Amino acid sequence: MSTQAQANPSGTEMAISDEVMIGLTGVNKWYGQFHVLKDIDLTVLTGERIVICGPSGSGKSTLIRCINRLEEHQRGRIVVDGIELTHDLKNIEKVRREVGMVFQHFNLFPHLTVLDNLTLAPIWVKKVPKKEAEEVAMHYLKRVKIPEQANKFPGQLSGGQQQRVAIARSLCMSPKVMLFDEPTSALDPEMIKEVLDVMIELARSGMTMICVTHEMGFARTVANRVIFMDKGEIIEQNEPEEFFNNPKSDRTKLFLSQILHH
Amino acid sequence: MTDMTENSVVPGTRPDLPPPVTESGIIGWLRHNLFSSWWDTLLTLFAIYLVYLILPPFISWAFINSDWQFLPAVELGEKAPEFSDCTSGGACWIFVRARFGQFFYGFYPDAERWRVNLVLIMLVGSIYGLLSERVKHKKPIAWFFFAIFPILAFILLYGGLGLPVVPTQQWGGFMLTLTLAGIGIVFSLPIGILLALGRRSQLPIVHLLCVLFIEFARGVPLITILFMANVMLPLFLPQGVEFNILLRVLIGVTLFASAYMAEVIRGGLQALPKGQYEGAMAMGLGYWSMMRLIIMPQALRVAIPGIVNNFISLTQDTTLVAIVGLYDFLNIVRAGSRDSNWIGTEIEGYVFCAFVYWVFCFAMSRYSMRIERKLHTGHKR
Repeated sequence: MSTQAQANPSGTEMAISDEVMIGLTGVNKWYGQFHVLKDIDLTVLTGERIVICGPSGSGKSTLIRCINRLEEHQRGRIVVDGIELTHDLKNIEKVRREVGMVFQHFNLFPHLTVLDNLTLAPIWVKKVPKKEAEEVAMHYLKRVKIPEQANKFPGQLSGGQQQRVAIARSLCMSPKVMLFDEPTSALDPEMIKEVLDVMIELARSGMTMICVTHEMGFARTVANRVIFMDKGEIIEQNEPEEFFNNPKSDRTKLFLSQILHH
Repeated sequence: MTDMTENSVVPGTRPDLPPPVTESGIIGWLRHNLFSSWWDTLLTLFAIYLVYLILPPFISWAFINSDWQFLPAVELGEKAPEFSDCTSGGACWIFVRARFGQFFYGFYPDAERWRVNLVLIMLVGSIYGLLSERVKHKKPIAWFFFAIFPILAFILLYGGLGLPVVPTQQWGGFMLTLTLAGIGIVFSLPIGILLALGRRSQLPIVHLLCVLFIEFARGVPLITILFMANVMLPLFLPQGVEFNILLRVLIGVTLFASAYMAEVIRGGLQALPKGQYEGAMAMGLGYWSMMRLIIMPQALRVAIPGIVNNFISLTQDTTLVAIVGLYDFLNIVRAGSRDSNWIGTEIEGYVFCAFVYWVFCFAMSRYSMRIERKLHTGHKR
């Protein structure tokens, strides 16, 4: 399997296979009368790093939340790693085990220590023995550079530290895909960098990632594709250089001018 | 020009100074809490006056001028104690002393009372073991308390396995109150949790059934439920089937309390942000794991004040079983002071009764505050 080879890529080379990890075809979703997603077609290959941007209300968060079924789509097909998302609960839980998600507001469990936050899902979902789960958790805490916080509660950490814990928590399930839903939007400016650094490091390790973010520097550094959404549609997608230097549609140009020169 | 030069400090080097005297210490406290305005001062003085009016006479009645000792003739067994033995003009506590056994055990036969004591010792011991921070190995205690103790307590209190049967008609007093409150508390919490989850369920039938039950139980007074348990339940049962009245009352009280519990827990569930559910679901946790590991621990913590409030009011509501003919603690004290030997001891009876209920409920309240503090992990949501 070519995915195995990418687990440890040499240097900063970010290999992309030709294997499809996520496929969306003709996905439509409504909130009541409101049509949030319109005919979304998107294919994500293993190892791809995709950044989705767009104005608020454009459906970008909804789109990635459909990929692990936090939101239900009403029409079209979503297939993640060969598993189609339907009403079948078994499939939904299987997909969620393979897809990690990082939220804007971290959504750590405040009643558990950092270490318990990290080991909970491996122990209860994957039935990993406690000791082994703790070793894995410490490994990822070291990777996000806060192993010394393991026995604190989330409420005692700064926003940036909490978000790094949240990333480590997802990684403990050894997911095949990571979804990021505006991971730095709720952070103080001083803390954005420490989170982005972790995400960049993760991208370099070959993780398949979809990030909803407005951090354009991040997009330039790691993304191999940037997608612009507006009013529930994918307006434009391209490689970062082309996307930023040479946007095709007027809507994209307007958006970029607003976020780059504010 | 201000005297900037005189007071100026290099920014970033200002030391931490203690607050002014008027803000801290006893004087600060008094000023803040008792005499912060002329209106507060007036209220404070009025409250002190009220305490002066009520407290000294009560202390004099209850402690200074009161009878505690039996007459020598009573101690020798030559005569039975009675109200006229009290001569001080204050509280006649020998009434409580003389009747204590009945207040505690009801009509439970003297020779079998050790069984009640044994159950009580096991109960207090395992509750202490479960709640105390000094006891480390709680698992065996929990197994004993939730699996073995109920069966053991039933055999001891009711009889069987060679022990003579004591029919529930002979149960009474504090022991009966404790049985009712204890079983009500132990069962109403899990049933309440299930009802609260059911009410928030997306399955329409489960939701409807839970809403119907909760709204019915909350819409009907407990007295009505007790009457119904007493009068109506036998109508639905096949002829000849005897259904113990204590059991009927227990079912009624427990279901009634569960409905209130469900609403308190629902409040706790609604206080949790949606992100907690999403965080748990995104990790691949199923519904029951999510509820057990993530949602309930937090929702119950939020709901502790309401839950303990329900425990306390449940304990006090058990006094209503008097109307279906059970002699709980309050009823047996009342009956005692209507005895022809003790006419005139109602006040002593009620004060004693109130004191015992108060100690019991206050202990629960204090303990719940300790749990709240302990579970506070300094988190902001």
